[in-house]
Amino acid sequence: MAQHQVNYTQDGGLPVALTTIDKVVNWGRSNSLWALTYGLACCGIEMMASGASRYDFDRFGTIFRASPRQADVLIIAGTLTKKHAEFIKRLYDQMTEPRWVISMGSCANTGGMFNTYATVQGADRIVPVDLYLPGCAPRPETLQYGVMLLQKKIRSEKAIKAQKPKRLL
Amino acid sequence: MQVKNRLRPFFENINFDRKDNELILNFGPQHPSAHGQLRLMLHLQQEQVVKAHPDIGYLHRGMEKMAENMIYNEFMPTTDRMDYIASSSNNYGFALAVEKLIGLEVPRRAKVIRMMLLEINRLISHLFWLATTALDIGAMTVFLYAFREREYLMDLVEDYCGARLTHSAIRIGGVPLDIPDTFLPDLKKFLDKLPQNIKDYEDLLDTNRIWQMRMEEVGVIPTELALSWGCTGPMLRASGVAWDIRKEEPYELYDEVDFDIPVSDKCDNYARYKLYMMEMRESAKILYQVMDMYAETSTELMAHAPQYISAPKLDIMTQNYSLMQHFVLVTQGMRPPVGEVYVATESPKGELGYYINSQGGPYPYRLKLRAPSFWHTGILTDLLPGHYIPDVVSIIGTTNIVFGEVDR
Repeated sequence: MAQHQVNYTQDGGLPVALTTIDKVVNWGRSNSLWALTYGLACCGIEMMASGASRYDFDRFGTIFRASPRQADVLIIAGTLTKKHAEFIKRLYDQMTEPRWVISMGSCANTGGMFNTYATVQGADRIVPVDLYLPGCAPRPETLQYGVMLLQKKIRSEKAIKAQKPKRLL
Repeated sequence: MQVKNRLRPFFENINFDRKDNELILNFGPQHPSAHGQLRLMLHLQQEQVVKAHPDIGYLHRGMEKMAENMIYNEFMPTTDRMDYIASSSNNYGFALAVEKLIGLEVPRRAKVIRMMLLEINRLISHLFWLATTALDIGAMTVFLYAFREREYLMDLVEDYCGARLTHSAIRIGGVPLDIPDTFLPDLKKFLDKLPQNIKDYEDLLDTNRIWQMRMEEVGVIPTELALSWGCTGPMLRASGVAWDIRKEEPYELYDEVDFDIPVSDKCDNYARYKLYMMEMRESAKILYQVMDMYAETSTELMAHAPQYISAPKLDIMTQNYSLMQHFVLVTQGMRPPVGEVYVATESPKGELGYYINSQGGPYPYRLKLRAPSFWHTGILTDLLPGHYIPDVVSIIGTTNIVFGEVDR
């Protein structure tokens, strides 16, 4: 990293700056985004296809985990119904900070084509969402691009920012 | 049982009668092997299930009610989202029901293309079943292999209609497009490879000791139980009943093609697995025959019924009357005659039935979907008791349930 000559005696001349901690932490976080296996409906199939042989999510460092305790990112893949809504809240609460949420597909974004009595009209009514992916169902390429955008977002964040307690109101 | 007005969440205020040291295990709805959103309440005696209670409705989207407020063509994309692993077979069941209702005869080329789509969907669905079941049981390699083969078929469907998962490729009265030039050679290339691929899976699984221990003598459904729960498709055929709607009441061109119905009387998980593998071979056999039929058909793709189906694009653009009819059909929708119809088709998972009650208006008065997975979920109540917890996963795997279809 520090190939150049550093004048240690100069004020502020140390080769490590505070911002590099951010960078190092964010580098680690953004390249090991473990996702929760949370296939709710059709998008879940495309999510599985992204993880399978052709689209190979592992090269992004995205590995699907079955437990919310081990997951960093919640991909809401499919229709969120009112009956299921309390579980998504519970799973989100069980995930450890820092955590991110991708809303995949029209149903999770806005309710999509299912404007009925049973469907939550957008997952962001239940949990905060970082990224919305359009499509019904989005192709695996879309999800890959979405994960890359999320990595970009994480890299631009402050590493300690997420550890602040979130105010509910 | 549940106090709905309490502030505590819904799932925490369920009271159970506890007389002994039974453990109640809540399985799902977020469970990697729950195939979507199945929630099981399992009463356990040590590791053995003594009582199982499937709780469904976590993906209930109100499709049947939606259908009552939609014109017939508008409902077609919604059927995609039912059994989303094989969407064309849902499209087809609905299209066939409406066609029966209004008495349409579909051109032969459309029939051939439909047959191709249906069998490709069957292959996609069975490959997906193999992948997920193998993954649930721990065979990661088969998961990756089966998904690889599935992607070739997805590409074929994408070449045809532009969508990977939710096709809407079958319309009421025919199909919207002819197949592209590369379709048949690509399909043939895939089919020539398929027997070797299936053999690869079987080499990996058939005599695998873990696979045998998890599958053989597990999840035995006796014939009477399967019949009394209304099981259809591979679930019924693995229990020794040779029942396939493609043979019993042939639709499309299934009476013209030569294929066998694999049946097994072993009734266990392993029998179902073998059955899926054999059905894939039969699908390939059907596809070869249908590909030969394609060349002999004329180019017509949609049925001619100006009252119900829009004219071809050329007529709409050149003839005023066709344009008017098209406008009315798009804005107001077709009005089938008064009557009711129930049409069952053999979807990859079993008998997929559509009941439509028409009062002569542009919207169906009632539309009932008879989805096979619903009944295959119900049987878990009788099937799981007596098994151990790890068997629950393999049994759910082989019942091949899809929650878009169970809850609608």
